Formats: sequence, structure tokens, C-alpha cells
Amino acid sequence: MSQNQADPQQKGRIAARFAQLKQEGRGALMPFLEAYDPDPATSLAILRGMPGAGADLIEVGVPFSDPMADGPTVQLAGQRALKAGGTLAGALAMVRDFRKDDGDTPVILMGYFNPIMSYGVERFAVDAAASGVDGLIVVDVPPEEADVLEPAVAQGLDIIRLVAPTTDDARLPKVLNGGSGFIYYVAIAGITGTRSADAGALVEAIPRLRKFTDLPIAIGFGVRTPQQAAEAAKVADGAVVASALIETLAKSLDENGRARPNTVRLVLDQVRELSHAVRGN
Amino acid sequence: MNQPLTNSLRQGPDARGRFGQFGGRYVAETLMPLLLEVEQAYESAKNDAAFMAEWRWLLKDYVGRPSPLWYCSRLTEHLREGAGPGMGAKVYFKREELNHTGAHKINAVLGQILLAKRMGRKRILAETGAGQHGVATATACALFGLQCVVYMGATDVERQAPNVFRMKLMGAEVVPVTSGAGTLKDAMNEALRDWVANVHDTYYCIGTVAGPHPYPQMVRDFQCVVGEETREQILELEGRLPDALVCAVGGGSSAMGLFHPFLDDKDVALWGVEAAGRGMDTPEHAASLNRGRPGVLHGNLTYLLQDRHGQIQEAHSISAGLDYPGIGPEHSWLHETGRATYVGATDTEALEAFQLCSKLEGIIPALESSHGLAQVMKMAPTMREDQTIILNLSGRGDKDIFTVAKHLGVEL
Repeated sequence: MSQNQADPQQKGRIAARFAQLKQEGRGALMPFLEAYDPDPATSLAILRGMPGAGADLIEVGVPFSDPMADGPTVQLAGQRALKAGGTLAGALAMVRDFRKDDGDTPVILMGYFNPIMSYGVERFAVDAAASGVDGLIVVDVPPEEADVLEPAVAQGLDIIRLVAPTTDDARLPKVLNGGSGFIYYVAIAGITGTRSADAGALVEAIPRLRKFTDLPIAIGFGVRTPQQAAEAAKVADGAVVASALIETLAKSLDENGRARPNTVRLVLDQVRELSHAVRGN
Repeated sequence: MNQPLTNSLRQGPDARGRFGQFGGRYVAETLMPLLLEVEQAYESAKNDAAFMAEWRWLLKDYVGRPSPLWYCSRLTEHLREGAGPGMGAKVYFKREELNHTGAHKINAVLGQILLAKRMGRKRILAETGAGQHGVATATACALFGLQCVVYMGATDVERQAPNVFRMKLMGAEVVPVTSGAGTLKDAMNEALRDWVANVHDTYYCIGTVAGPHPYPQMVRDFQCVVGEETREQILELEGRLPDALVCAVGGGSSAMGLFHPFLDDKDVALWGVEAAGRGMDTPEHAASLNRGRPGVLHGNLTYLLQDRHGQIQEAHSISAGLDYPGIGPEHSWLHETGRATYVGATDTEALEAFQLCSKLEGIIPALESSHGLAQVMKMAPTMREDQTIILNLSGRGDKDIFTVAKHLGVEL
């Protein structure tokens, strides 16, 4: 099984980052960007700029033609990315480029299973690990189908499990079993970017979840404003912001859907604002 | 391992909802608890005699079942004209087009709506392509006083205007879907998104044998009434089983319902007919089994039309009901095991069959069913005259007359 051992240098970037933040006494900001939206150069520039703007971990979305868990904002981002030639291979190449200058910031790929299956799960797992990817969120692979991702586990990639408001206590152990890195709490029963998370409900949901896991918990789906991000990062261990950032990017584009000179700066400024709120300054 | 293995092909799916490698439950966690609930409710309902009796009663007195098995004497004679001596199989139609709402869809819809009622759901979602499933769902919701929301691709809303009006008459809300190419696949994405956001009071009534487990099994089970009746009827008429069954496949519910009760009868050939659009070797078709490869979409692993990067491609067919880039997982399994044979019929072939059927039998078939008929027209002359071939005439063509007129250059 030695070939299945991951390179120790590559392993645990996510765990290390959460441990470090715990010492600092704050939660993580985890911004999202869709690879190749609106073009490869712009999205790579955003990715490279994110750690400097205060991102603690980064989620990179892999474009897919049929993102069934996503609302209109992420759907449109995916369509722009596909039009710009976005692929899973392209997303991996972006992470490789990013890793040339940044060896510490964890990168999590988020997407749907079909592009991975099409790439070949084994080959994908090897290439993702070699490219510097740390974890995977595969939206349409629930615990019941999780054996399809075993090659990724063998490569030392963290498999981030989603927990939803519909996941009851009886089901939680099944969902958490086999997860690593952190737990992604889907704050709303719904699709991305459509409504805001209810702070009161989170205050109840997160302690319930903690009874079942020692992994850090990040909150996503419905975290939009700096204030919401700060609250989520406080109640849990991290906040994922996606649609709000994509909206800023989309608004900055010209009438042909191309990036303007200030696109990268506008998105990174928003990451900075979110980061200040999460850091409490 | 002392127990003898049963070799029945009718045992699928397994506990994980799989037919061989196909099927499964590839959905977001938010939906997973719901699917488990639907599965549990269905398992209990199908073993509940009162539930099944109510469904059977609706099929009889509301839908008008059993539907007849019709011997097409003029069509048979016509196809014998070009055949050699002693050749030309007897052609029968299983007349699902005579059902209330004009297609086979109502069979599974009534079963699912009874299930939704049993689960205490008041709001029903459906996706629709040609509008037949949407109409059937709107009908059942009107009958039971339930709220009905139908997602329909904007392209289809336009080309199936009469069905949109029918649904609205029955009180359904029709939501045009503009994402993607605005066809059936996109309507299904939107219905799934709605369901995720309204899990507490909503039931998603899927129209075909696709989607996550338990839908492929449940819809098939309800549609099996078609094959079960056919079996009884042909035995009565011919004294033996048919030599071939033919049915068009989009998602494949009408074909699955016809085929399944015959899966273990090895001498009954099963033919599924995919929409070959402008030709299977052009980019414009809907032949997922003949031109696609396995992948994951809408909650199940099955054959899909996709590019080399795993992006789902748009399907094309003159028939909105076949315009889907995937197919039910059990068909993928029947295809790989070779138990059923899947071929294609083009738009042009379907149009010819549509007209021939109207003229020779006085039956205007749905464009979907016309694809099946095109295959019957190819096959019957190659079979002996003592052989029989049954086409599932799954829907009537009233909804398609505008599309057909347009293609024939006729202004209505």
C-alpha cells in the first residue's frame, strides 16, 4: 500500500490552517471562485490575490453544465467559465500555478461528480494531489455513494462532507464517517445564493453538530455580508462566501461579459472587507 | 452461498438502487434524507393492499384501463407488400394513447400522487418536455386538490403551447425554464432545485424511469401495468408470447413498463428506439445509449450525451419528449447486458411513420411513438408472417400536429 501513502508535505494543510486559526482565536474566511470565470487569467489573478486579501482557505469551483445544487448566480458563473474553456483539467492547472507562490493556503475543489468521472477518478486523484489540491467537495456524492471517491482518499485528499438542515441526528454519524478536513454546514435548505442564513438557527445547529464531530465546521450557502461572515465564523470555525463575491465579479464585467481592468480589485476588496469582519477589526 | 442464485432479470435494483453499475443516488445531502423517506413510504405503500386497490381503481375508472391491444391489419398488409413470400410479421399496438390525458404517463403519476398524499405533501412538482407528464400531473393534482408546479423548458413552452394551456386550465402553474438550452434536462435541474428549497411540504413527481433511487424503480413498477396487460392480451389473442416488443425511449418509462414483465422471456426480443434526430452521426440527436457514455446526471449513473470533459450536451429531437441527453439506468443495464437492443430513428423516419399510421390505421400517434413505429416498419418485413410484433403506442399525436404541419410546410 506504500504507493497510496500521500506525501507528508502535502498532507494536512487544511488541519494545519485550522489549528493555527484556533491558536489565533478566530474562525476562517473561505472565499469561493469559479475557475475560468470570466476567463482563465482573471480567475487566476483573483486566486493569487485572495490570501493577501485575507482568505484563510480557498474554494475553487469546477465548472459543470448542470449544477443542480446551485442558484442562478453560480449557474451563470459556470456558464461564463465553460464559455471561456473551463474544464477540470484547467482548474487543476490553476491550482498548480497558484502553488508556485503559495505553499500554505489550503485549496478545496468544489464541484460535481461527472467531470471527475469523465477525467477518470484514479487519474484525477493523482493529478489533484500533485497539483496541490487539499480537499474535495463533490456536491452530488452523498455518503451512500462515497466509495467512488476512495482513490482521492488514498492520495491523501480530504473529503469534505456536507451536512444539511435536513440531516437529522440519526443520519449524522453516517454523514460524518469518512469525512476529513472540515465539515461544511449547508446553512439553508435550498440552493446557493438564494436566501440568507438565519443566525438563530445556526446558533442551535452548530452545537448539535459538535456533539458528533471534532472536525472544524464551516458554514456556507447563504453567507453574504461581512457581518454574516463574522457571525458564522464565530458560531462555527469558518465562513464560506461564494455568491456575494460572484455577484461583484459579474457586475464588473463589460457588456460582452469580459473582465474590466478593475474586476480583480473589486473582488479582492470585498474579500478584504469580509476578512476584516471575520478578524474582528 | 448454498442458496441457488435466481437468474431473474427482474430483481433489480439492489439495495443501493443499482442495476449493475447503473442507477444509485447521486444527490446533494439536502435531498438525501428526503429520498430515503420517499423510498420508505413507497416500500410500505406497495405492500399496502388498500393503497394498491385505490390506484387500480383509478386506473380502471378514471384512466380507462385496460387499454386495448389492437391488431393493425392494414398496416400489417402494407408492410407485407414489400416483404418476401411468407414474410411480414403481424403488427399490434398497445394503445396507451387511449388513456385519459393521452399517454402512458398518467399510470405512474396517479401512483406517485397517491404516495405524496400518503406522505402528507400538499405541493407537487413535475418537469415536462413534450408536456404529457406535466398534463398528467396537473390532472392528478386537480383530481386531488393539490398545488401543482410544472417546470418546462422555455423552448418547449413555445413548441408545446396546447399542453401549456391544458395544464393552466387544470390549475397548474407552468414555470418556463431559461437556463441552459431551456429543454427537459434544464427543467429537471430546476425542479430539483425547487425541491431542495421546499423539502418540508413538497413532493417531486418524476415523469420517467430516471433520477435518483427509488424513482427508476418506482416509476417502472407503476408502468409495468402496460406490460402485464400486454402479456395477458397477446396470450388471449395469439395463444403465445410475442416475438418482439418495440418502444421509443427518451427517459424510457413507456419502454420499461412494456419490457419489464417480459425480461425473463428470452425469446421475446426487446427493441428500444432512440431519437436519432438529424442522424446519429450528426451532432443533433438524442441517442444516449448509441452515442453516449456512462456518467452521472440528475441523481443517477447512466449513459449520457457528454463532451470529452464530462459536460452534458444538449439533445436534439423533433419530439420534445425524447429530447433528453440521458436515459433510465435500467435501460443502460439492459443495453450493456444485451437483453434489449437499442437502435435509432431519425426525425424524418418518425415523420413518415406518423403520416403512415394516420392514413392506414386512423390513429394519429405521438411523435415519440412514431419513432417506435419507424423501427416496426423496418423490422416487420424481415420477420415471418406467423410472427408478432407489438409497438407501445405510448401517446396520441394531437399535441404534435402543429410541429408536424410546420415540417410538412402546411400552415394551420
